[in-house]
Amino acid sequence: MADEREILSADDIRQALVRMAHEIVERNQGAHALMLVGLQRRGVPLAHRVADAIADFEQVEVPVGALDINLYRDDLTSRPQPLVRPTTLPAGLDGTRVVLVDDVLFTGRSIRAAMDALMDHGRPDSIQLAALIDRGHRELPVRADYVGKNVPTSLDEIVEVRLIEVDGYDGVDLVPRAVRSVKP
Amino acid sequence: MTSQAPAEPIALPATTLAPRRHVLDLDDFSRTEIDIVLDTALAMREVLDRDIKKVPSLRGKVILTLFLEPSTRTRVSFEQAGKMLSADVINIAGSGSSAEKGESLLNTTLTLQAMHADLIVVRHPQAGAPYFMARHLSRTGIINAGDGRHAHPTQALLDLMTMRRHLGSLDGKKVVIVGDLLHSRVARSNVFGLAAMGARVVISGPPTLIPLDLSRTSHSQGSLGGAAYEPDLDAAMDDADVVMALRLQTERQTAGMLPSVREYTRRWQVTEARMGRAKPSALVMHPGPVNEGIELSSSLAHGVASVIEEQVTNGVAIRMAILYQLLTGGELQTA
Repeated sequence: MADEREILSADDIRQALVRMAHEIVERNQGAHALMLVGLQRRGVPLAHRVADAIADFEQVEVPVGALDINLYRDDLTSRPQPLVRPTTLPAGLDGTRVVLVDDVLFTGRSIRAAMDALMDHGRPDSIQLAALIDRGHRELPVRADYVGKNVPTSLDEIVEVRLIEVDGYDGVDLVPRAVRSVKP
Repeated sequence: MTSQAPAEPIALPATTLAPRRHVLDLDDFSRTEIDIVLDTALAMREVLDRDIKKVPSLRGKVILTLFLEPSTRTRVSFEQAGKMLSADVINIAGSGSSAEKGESLLNTTLTLQAMHADLIVVRHPQAGAPYFMARHLSRTGIINAGDGRHAHPTQALLDLMTMRRHLGSLDGKKVVIVGDLLHSRVARSNVFGLAAMGARVVISGPPTLIPLDLSRTSHSQGSLGGAAYEPDLDAAMDDADVVMALRLQTERQTAGMLPSVREYTRRWQVTEARMGRAKPSALVMHPGPVNEGIELSSSLAHGVASVIEEQVTNGVAIRMAILYQLLTGGELQTA
């Protein structure tokens, strides 16, 4: 099938993440008390890349955590469940400004689950959301504070984010559902 | 267009035990399935370490524990695991239940299913009882928490998890299991699990306490996955990565299978001197409860090589993983 098209190249991803890193620091008036928390699985390397960008221009090491939301999903009995991966948070959450980082913002249900999961670990001062792709079709009142790219999509399409750390190369494609390729 | 990503039909990697509804023993578990359980259990350990030890995954699920034989750690471990995942856990003991009035296991089983239990965790003195129950259940799942001297799969899984955390891959690792193999469901399940993970199993102990199918098939591919039998514990310990002592079931020693506990202790107790023959980093394991000074010396049971307490902690994580795997997941949506 021929309808696969590229949304972001490796370069586009890098530029988008650097821009988002600047926006995060600007909005929070510095990197003080920030913590970047990536959603397993591809949100985690994205969070590290944003932290690296902030370290570059702000000379501040922002702590990075990894959050698995599978134990908090609302569809645990209606689909095959993915592997539960470990949650690791670098420090207590109390008094921090958490920025959740995910690859694709879609229905908003993952973010709902992520906020519940986060609250079980402590009480951050605030939670913000950064998504590399916002593809629309929200089912909950959730919006991103920082977006790499807004992409209008149909429900018959899948946004495939590939990252070097997981997949061996960088790129974001829009793919018809029927030809979805293997994604671990 | 990217050329790197070939378009293929949906072939997601295995992440679930589906369509499995019961866990009866490890003899039908593939290596992939065991890895899924151990990986999930690692994530569950993180929940155990939290201040607030609860996640909502199994909200609204009902788990019954039916223990028709005494047990503290296994029953509490299952109950704790279920509660940390937000399931409702109801405990049924043998005494005080209708089993005392002579209700058959079949009727008890069907009654519990009719109450819409999602899962029954059963311990039964008769080998095979959980299989019998599973055959008659159309909706409810069964977890075998020990049936007679036959199997105890969640104990074996927690042992595998503990070994993997310390040794990495179990491929080619030498695991010595010593003691009363004849009465040990823990050992039987472990032999299957270890074989699936590629470990080399050597068993040791008095010939009278080694099951016939094991001693007959020593040094060859046998019904117990090719475990080797070495009656001399000193020889068995050479270069071992793991030494697992089994509880000498003194309540079952009336049949004259041992000359005396003293002789057993002299020849088969795991001691510091004998550990000297194993690898320096070798682990000391025991399924508990330990008869200190009989199958295992007190100093080893509480020494640095001992992972006995970690086994208990990992047991909760393994049971959380099994409950989660059996009670979540649905059909793959054809998209």
